[in-house]
Amino acid sequence: MDRRTVLKGLAGAGGLALTGLSAPAIAQGASARTLRFVPQANLANFDPIWGTQYVVRNAAALVWDTLYGIDAQLQPQRQMVESEETSDDGKTWTFKLRPGLKFHDGEPVLAKDVVASLSRWAARDPMGLMIIAIQQELTAVDDRTFKWVLKQPFPKMLYALAKNNAPCSFIMPERIAKTDPFKQITEYVGSGPMKFAKGEWVPGAKAVFEKFADYVPRQEKASWLAGGKQIMVDRVEWIVMPDPATAAAALQNGEVDWWENPIADLVSVLKKNKNISVDIGDPLGNIGSFRMNHLFAPFNDVRARRAVLMALSQEDYMRAIVGDDTALWKPLPGFFTPDTPVYNELGGEILKGKRDFDAAKKLLAESGYSGQPVTCLVAQDQPITKAQGDVTADLLKRLGMNVDFVATDWGTVGSRRAQKTPPGQGGWNMFHSWHAGADCITPAAYTAIRANGDKAWFGWPNSPNTEKEITGWFEAKSIDEEKAAIGRVNKAAIEDVVYAPTGFFLTYTAWRKNVSGITKGPLPFFWGVSKSA
Amino acid sequence: MLSYILRRIVATLPVMAIVALFVFSLLYIAPGDPAVVIAGDQASPEDVERIRQSLGLDRPFLVQFGSWVWRILHGDLGTSIFTNLPVSAMIGQRLGPTLSLMIVTLLLTIVVAVPLGVVAAWKAGSLIDRVIMGFAVFGFSLPVFVVGYMLAYIFALELEWLPVQGYTPLSSGFWPWLENLILPAIALGCVYIALVARITRAAMLEVLQQDYIRTAKAKGLGQGGILFIHALKNAAVPIVTVIGIGIALLIGGAVVTESVFAIPGLGRLTIDAILRRDYPVIQGIVLLFSFVYVLVNLMIDVIYTLVDPRIRY
Repeated sequence: MDRRTVLKGLAGAGGLALTGLSAPAIAQGASARTLRFVPQANLANFDPIWGTQYVVRNAAALVWDTLYGIDAQLQPQRQMVESEETSDDGKTWTFKLRPGLKFHDGEPVLAKDVVASLSRWAARDPMGLMIIAIQQELTAVDDRTFKWVLKQPFPKMLYALAKNNAPCSFIMPERIAKTDPFKQITEYVGSGPMKFAKGEWVPGAKAVFEKFADYVPRQEKASWLAGGKQIMVDRVEWIVMPDPATAAAALQNGEVDWWENPIADLVSVLKKNKNISVDIGDPLGNIGSFRMNHLFAPFNDVRARRAVLMALSQEDYMRAIVGDDTALWKPLPGFFTPDTPVYNELGGEILKGKRDFDAAKKLLAESGYSGQPVTCLVAQDQPITKAQGDVTADLLKRLGMNVDFVATDWGTVGSRRAQKTPPGQGGWNMFHSWHAGADCITPAAYTAIRANGDKAWFGWPNSPNTEKEITGWFEAKSIDEEKAAIGRVNKAAIEDVVYAPTGFFLTYTAWRKNVSGITKGPLPFFWGVSKSA
Repeated sequence: MLSYILRRIVATLPVMAIVALFVFSLLYIAPGDPAVVIAGDQASPEDVERIRQSLGLDRPFLVQFGSWVWRILHGDLGTSIFTNLPVSAMIGQRLGPTLSLMIVTLLLTIVVAVPLGVVAAWKAGSLIDRVIMGFAVFGFSLPVFVVGYMLAYIFALELEWLPVQGYTPLSSGFWPWLENLILPAIALGCVYIALVARITRAAMLEVLQQDYIRTAKAKGLGQGGILFIHALKNAAVPIVTVIGIGIALLIGGAVVTESVFAIPGLGRLTIDAILRRDYPVIQGIVLLFSFVYVLVNLMIDVIYTLVDPRIRY
């Protein structure tokens, strides 16, 4: 019996015992105007440009607003912007802000604030860097108007300003936005629907957000980061709980109202409690992955990489990650998020059907592999990477590979994977990760799909074909063109095995039934969420 | 005595210096890079390098160490790499919950373990002794998190007497403060109670064989008086020692207990800092813990003189 089994058993028993019982005194005393939320991780810093962790982005979306917001149809919609104009040659974008926008310190939001904020964001964001590369000038025309002049058209401008991928282009006061993008800000003043209560922030334990009375929501219905962000409670308290069993017990006991992502092991327990609702949190899910180091043998030979793809069973990986709940995963013959408008799995045959170990072994032998150790980094403190690592070790052994299984923690993987030295000298051959589906819809914010050698993500794949097709997507002008381009990117990336996708999986979110208005999305949206006593 | 205390306090300085050097060196050579964690998964190597530079992590070891020592000498524990908050402020935020947990656990231990140990020694070899020692073995063997979850299940989920998690400061009232600490203190105290009970029993057994105990019995003294006035006082030195040493156990156990009961204390801060490689915070906490440990040892030495007048420094 291991620790997780003990937790599950106890939490399960607790769930059954509590069914039908009233909330304890501690919950009854809590105000219905305060929503208590257990986030996916600790809010260790609060600069959404300096730190790009999802948890920071999620908290920042409460405090800072964006010029545009992505909606549930994945379309950019105006948010702080009232109108925009594009010149005939597509090189000049002129934007006008909505009137009456205010920062939490009472100052109006001006175009100069936007210019400073966009400059800071662009220095850290992949799409922002693309814009900077073709930027002629970014200037404030008047208090409410600013202009972005480019040397060549950039059709994805509105998407770049609306996207929910970290870092988002949050708008801050100029004095704050002038901070070096590689240094942390020290003031947390935004113009979003909630204020950050810095005095109550206990990093690692608690963060508090208070309703901003002067926020002027848009009139449209809220849809993800777009529309009217109506806040229905006075306070939102983020309570960090490192232990999932404690979070499950606290939710059952009414000590918290909403748990962002319960682990799969405990979902069945929560589902049995009549006071709790459980549903898929983010329909865009996640893509599991492992990356092979393209710089060193054996994976510097595409045949070795293909041999691994040929043999890997995505079902094995997905069951290791999410268990037996088949509603939580699906095979993914490619790199892009399924069920999205431009999804295309062209060229994904190698990942489909029965696994062919004989052919894979033959191909591996042709690559010249002769039993040298394969250094496989596996972070044991992340359930997703640990589960994938165990499956990969088995897969490689069945292929006849000599696995050097390096069980370590995520912090160590994070630094070791950046090493370009040979595997025997501190480098590596493989590491495991996963990508939020929201980041993998298109190549826009999809760093892991890039294959530009030294400049690519860890593993440094070099696939000119993939890069060419990515450029094709950026130039696409219609959704049909985009979809076709995505197909070509998928095919090229699979041919050269930029990385190995291990499948698509979803996670749940859970909340007390006295909370309403929770919507599915790539981040927890607090607007429209209310709570009864 | 006063000069002894002063000498001991001065003697802590080289100990602290060695601890500081050791911790700093260990962190320097440990794998992992806070810049990578900060930069996020999608960051380019250039971004990571720029962050590393901005944090001063690219400087040579001696420069970094010298700069850290200089700050420490000026009473500045530095700034957290991640939160951008002063380490002293972060420790200050977390000190209350941990201190509360340790005090309640310590009181619980003394109140429960010492009488149990005395009774076990008094009834040595009997069923009562075996039951108490059986409990001690059980308490010592069970991991803190298992006890914690069982307590949470029974007393929070099943009976709804106490909350599952969290911490309420004493300023919000005595009961709100205590109700959050009862279950964690029992969970954390189990090992400690077992240890102290066993040591108390062993020390008492030895004392109870002494001639003066026989004399006390012959004089017709009551059992309670013999046990708790004459015997316990003479058995106190090893008991006090183990209570002091046990504080190290409490520090280690607090890390797990605070995670299980979501108490925002120093234990959780330590774990978070280690996982993120937040070097200034780790260094600050280790320095604090080592200082506390040295101080506890000093207090034990002073307490020796109170329980045993023969001891003089």
